[in-house]
Amino acid sequence: MCGNEALAEAAIIAGLDAYFGYPITPQNEVTAYMSRRMPEEGRVFVQSESELAAINMVFGASATGKRTMTSSSSPGISLMQEGISYLSGAELPAVVVNVMRGGPGLGNIAPAQGDYFQSTRGGGHGDYRTIVLGPSSVQELVDCMPLAFDLADQYRMTVLVLADGILGQMMEPIVLGKKPRRKPPAKDWALTGAEGREQNIVRSLWLGDGVLEELNYKLQAKYREIEKKEVLCEQYEVEDADVVVVAYGVAARIVVSAVERAREEGIKVGWIRPITLWPFPSEQINRAAEELRIFLTVEMSCGQMVEDVKMAVAGKAPVVFYGRAGGGVPSVEEVVEQIRQLTIHAKR
Amino acid sequence: MTTLKTVFKRTPTLKDCPTHYCPGCGHGIAHRLVAEVIDELDIQGRTIGIAPVGCAVLAYDYLDVDMVEVAHGRAPAVATGMKRTNPDKIIFSYQGDGDLASIGAGEILHAAHRGEQITVVFINNAVYGMTGGQMAPTTVLGQVTATTPRGRQKMGEGHPLQISELLAVLPGAIYIERCSLHNPAQIRKAKKALKHAFELQVNKSEGLSLVELLSPCPTYWRMTPAKANEWIEKEMTKVFPLGGLRNSELTQ
Repeated sequence: MCGNEALAEAAIIAGLDAYFGYPITPQNEVTAYMSRRMPEEGRVFVQSESELAAINMVFGASATGKRTMTSSSSPGISLMQEGISYLSGAELPAVVVNVMRGGPGLGNIAPAQGDYFQSTRGGGHGDYRTIVLGPSSVQELVDCMPLAFDLADQYRMTVLVLADGILGQMMEPIVLGKKPRRKPPAKDWALTGAEGREQNIVRSLWLGDGVLEELNYKLQAKYREIEKKEVLCEQYEVEDADVVVVAYGVAARIVVSAVERAREEGIKVGWIRPITLWPFPSEQINRAAEELRIFLTVEMSCGQMVEDVKMAVAGKAPVVFYGRAGGGVPSVEEVVEQIRQLTIHAKR
Repeated sequence: MTTLKTVFKRTPTLKDCPTHYCPGCGHGIAHRLVAEVIDELDIQGRTIGIAPVGCAVLAYDYLDVDMVEVAHGRAPAVATGMKRTNPDKIIFSYQGDGDLASIGAGEILHAAHRGEQITVVFINNAVYGMTGGQMAPTTVLGQVTATTPRGRQKMGEGHPLQISELLAVLPGAIYIERCSLHNPAQIRKAKKALKHAFELQVNKSEGLSLVELLSPCPTYWRMTPAKANEWIEKEMTKVFPLGGLRNSELTQ
């Protein structure tokens, strides 16, 4: 099973009621897998006419209280931004998987991490956030799916699972359906027909004086709560490190190998790996910056997450960036060399 | 002493509230017809409506059913998501000409093409109302709007788009009829068509049903309400002839 198929099965196990999607490389295995498995389970699969339609089908299913998702890759996710903004305004739960590829434009179909800004800054119009999960292995991708649905339902918002072409295509041994699940809240807001109750309305238009401002503050309060409660990150040998490498997703896999090799050379180096990209593990990184050390951010982009690292470090330590873009993937040796250079600087 | 008998009253699904629509606007009539049909078919408790972007965005303020408001043009996609996951609910979208025939042309075409079992109420008033009277895809040739100050020209701006005729060639669209709201006789015909469209869905007929309603917009046609109704009869019906465009349920 490749990563794309594994995430699809994990979503089905997590109680997915309906999947809507449109073909785009490198996530086509998700759509193909869902077209076979969802009807087998007596659930809904629709191949939409566009990503625009797919996200709005998700909007419709979600408004009736169903667990629903779509998946796509970078250009398709751009088309979905309108829908994600509306989902955010209407406070509807949804899960969106982005198997990132190289951009901008049609770009290419190689793995990339160029959609970090789009994912973590909202992406569409208006003042909103999406929770962003950045798994770095197929197992973690699988474990992200039930978590994504739980977070979406609990906070009534979009959860983005940010994978890339490597994770989507990679085959690794996995254990399915192991993660504990949160108790889903009652969806008394859902559109189920007004039989025996007042009508329910799902909307994002608020014309009354100050009403929209209030809604925005309510959303922001929810986002602050998420920043407090839902940060996930992993770190390794940071305590004595002169250099701390920050990376997520597949880039973090390369960093883990590079740090091991640099340690073998006697270099004091560790890593921090954000799993939630929003909320970002700013506190963890800020704490690590208490000691004098250099931060190296490695990304498969021209430098996007590095801005969050800089904000987290808040001027306490130097932050250096190394990246490859447009489908380029840094090699372990390239990253080790960056670490070596920084160690020389640190010693000076 | 004479006995007073109620011969006409508000239908329960139409809420008792003041209207925000302009004098002479057709939306109020269309809302009432939809509400009457819902009550006559006794489906109020299992109906979910979709409000468009446009003058009818606040349709949920008038119709007492569960409702959602969606992005401009996307109602048929939202309806697809709702109906596929809730086959026993009655799903309808209420869309204007800008919403359905311009920005949402792709969504309505493909929902009809897939034969989604939904009902579409399509209001054609030949103009964008909410944004200030700009040209709609259904604006007729020569019609002056905020964005066609010289009147709509066939070259560059195009002939009025007969989207119902386009949809009527699709096997997935089982019932398409064009009606009008410009006089009581036509309003009664429109009610009949709407009822049939909803009934098809109640009976789980395999496909999409759509009723187009020619509807007056005196404000942006710069006419009195009476003149606007005359204009529908004299001008609009020439481009948008009334009647059934497809009824494959009957012909099969």
